[in-house]
Amino acid sequence: MPKITYVSVDETARTIEVPVGTSVMRGAVFNDVDGIVAQCGGNAQCATCHVYVDEASADRLDAARPDEDHMLDFTASPRRDTSRLSCQLTVTEDLDGLIVHLPERQN
Amino acid sequence: MAPGTPPASVVIVGAGQGGFQTAASLREYGHTGRITLISAEDALPYERPPLSKAFLKDDTYLEGGAPLWLRPATYYVRQDIDLVAGTVTALDRAARTVRLADGSAYAYDHLVLATGARPRTLGVPGSGLRGVHTLRTARDAAALRQSLGAARRAVVVGAGFIGLEFASVARESGCEVTVVEACDRPLARAASARTAAYFARLHRDAGTRLLCGHGVAAVHGNGRGGVSEVELTDGRPLPADLVLTGVGVTPNTELAAAAGLVVDGGIAVDSRLLTDDPRISAVGDCAAFPQVRSGNRLRLESVQNAVGHARLVAERLTGAPSSRTYDELPWFWSDQFSTTLRIAGVDERHDAEVVLGEGPDAFSVLLFDGDELSAVESVNRTGDHLAARRLLSERVPLGPGEASAPGFTLKKHLAARRRGAAVPFD
Ligand SMILES: Cc1cc2nc3c(=O)[nH]c(=O)nc-3n(C[C@H](O)[C@H](O)[C@H](O)COP(=O)(O)OP(=O)(O)OC[C@H]3O[C@@H](n4cnc5c(N)ncnc54)[C@H](O)[C@@H]3O)c2cc1C
Ligand code: FES
Repeated sequence: MPKITYVSVDETARTIEVPVGTSVMRGAVFNDVDGIVAQCGGNAQCATCHVYVDEASADRLDAARPDEDHMLDFTASPRRDTSRLSCQLTVTEDLDGLIVHLPERQN
Repeated sequence: MAPGTPPASVVIVGAGQGGFQTAASLREYGHTGRITLISAEDALPYERPPLSKAFLKDDTYLEGGAPLWLRPATYYVRQDIDLVAGTVTALDRAARTVRLADGSAYAYDHLVLATGARPRTLGVPGSGLRGVHTLRTARDAAALRQSLGAARRAVVVGAGFIGLEFASVARESGCEVTVVEACDRPLARAASARTAAYFARLHRDAGTRLLCGHGVAAVHGNGRGGVSEVELTDGRPLPADLVLTGVGVTPNTELAAAAGLVVDGGIAVDSRLLTDDPRISAVGDCAAFPQVRSGNRLRLESVQNAVGHARLVAERLTGAPSSRTYDELPWFWSDQFSTTLRIAGVDERHDAEVVLGEGPDAFSVLLFDGDELSAVESVNRTGDHLAARRLLSERVPLGPGEASAPGFTLKKHLAARRRGAAVPFD
């Protein structure tokens, strides 16, 4: 199972095996990782599942779709080049080792 | 408890979206006292929106429904939130206790009613037959999903969001689908006529039969306890092996009413979400609260509303110095086929509308009450929706005249008003 690493603002890291087909957001929520609120349950409506993808992992991801891109303009912590909505990142074998940093605030 | 002192013990009745969020926000904002979250459903708190959408067709939801959970079991332990299974059957305001069906009782310093709502039923003969469903809980959705797997002909009663969302899933899974609606158009309560007309076409183009202005007289069985036919009030028979009724909900106000709290289309609360008893708040689908723009008491059914209410109550109970009143902008979404409708604001009445967007499948309807923008319905236009949320919540002035000027966009209007400059028309 692909492993995803979630790094919190205080630099604590948790690495979690997340099943293929679910999302980076669900991987965090179901494993009780703090820092992802996911108010809309993964529907690209709320921007409370915002993450910064680690520079080292960035080129593994497809570009954001327009919905996600619009939503990223409305995150509680500043948008950066590496900003993504974790609910829109579907886990595949290729994402094994992905590192995401959690923002300071989600709402 | 002296006024202004944070309550030592908070009991929350109902562990849906609103109840869960109240507990979670209380801890987030620093509440150190007891939190008891009482759930009539023997499941961890979960989210409902996927139940009429992805849950019905997406296999990642199958393993025990776990992906619906708002948080895993460890969360409640870690946050010291007492999750109690049971139904509250009595509320004693003088003794400040709630009593559960099993006889156990919990004392509170503050009580939060987050009891949600339940589906209205058809109330016609045959409504209890196997294959006739309502949809509110994960259990309902699991039963519906199972029926759908074997169904060939589905009849949906009620063309509101739940009915239409289910209709789109049923159609995609190869069913023949007929939607029966008593009003003369779909989404009569929920969206403008223009937006409704778009959705009517979307469903008809997909091969769904949409019968507006029709009532249901009875549901008939196949002699083996299952459903075989829906009979309309004009006598027309609609063969069916699955029926979903989505004809609105009744708020769960009985507990409040029996305890003598004011009920007015929902548990009546003020703009701080307090009932007429200062030790009892109500949040989410069960609460009728004053709408900021009109002052009218409204009850809304949305995730945003339940979460927004919950946060405000948690803020108040953890002693936030400001006694903020509830003025969050309501917003809502619905997925049907591959189309997403997003609504910002509440349209209680409008006398003008302006449509933005060029393509037939991507547009926004701006609804105006006099010279004031009251709501924006966006079909496949996320950018408009997000700009509308900002415009409406920051109360940026916008009238229909301005909005109909050539080249007008919500984003540019927002940006221009924020700079205090004139609105640029390209
Ligand atoms: C199928 C479906 C699809 C939806 N889709 C969307 C959508 O796309 N977008 C959106 O914004 N909203 C959507 N909603 C609405 C949204 O889910 C609700 O507005 C939200 O769940 C309301 O939260 P709540 O806490 O007020 O009520 P609920 O989530 O209904 O929770 C209330 C809980 O209280 C329990 N309860 C009631 N009485 C008692 C008692 N006496 N003792 C103990 N427990 C009790 C109930 O059993 C229930 O578990 C949808 C709803 C449904 C049903
Ligand atoms: S969970 Fe709401 S946008 Fe990702």
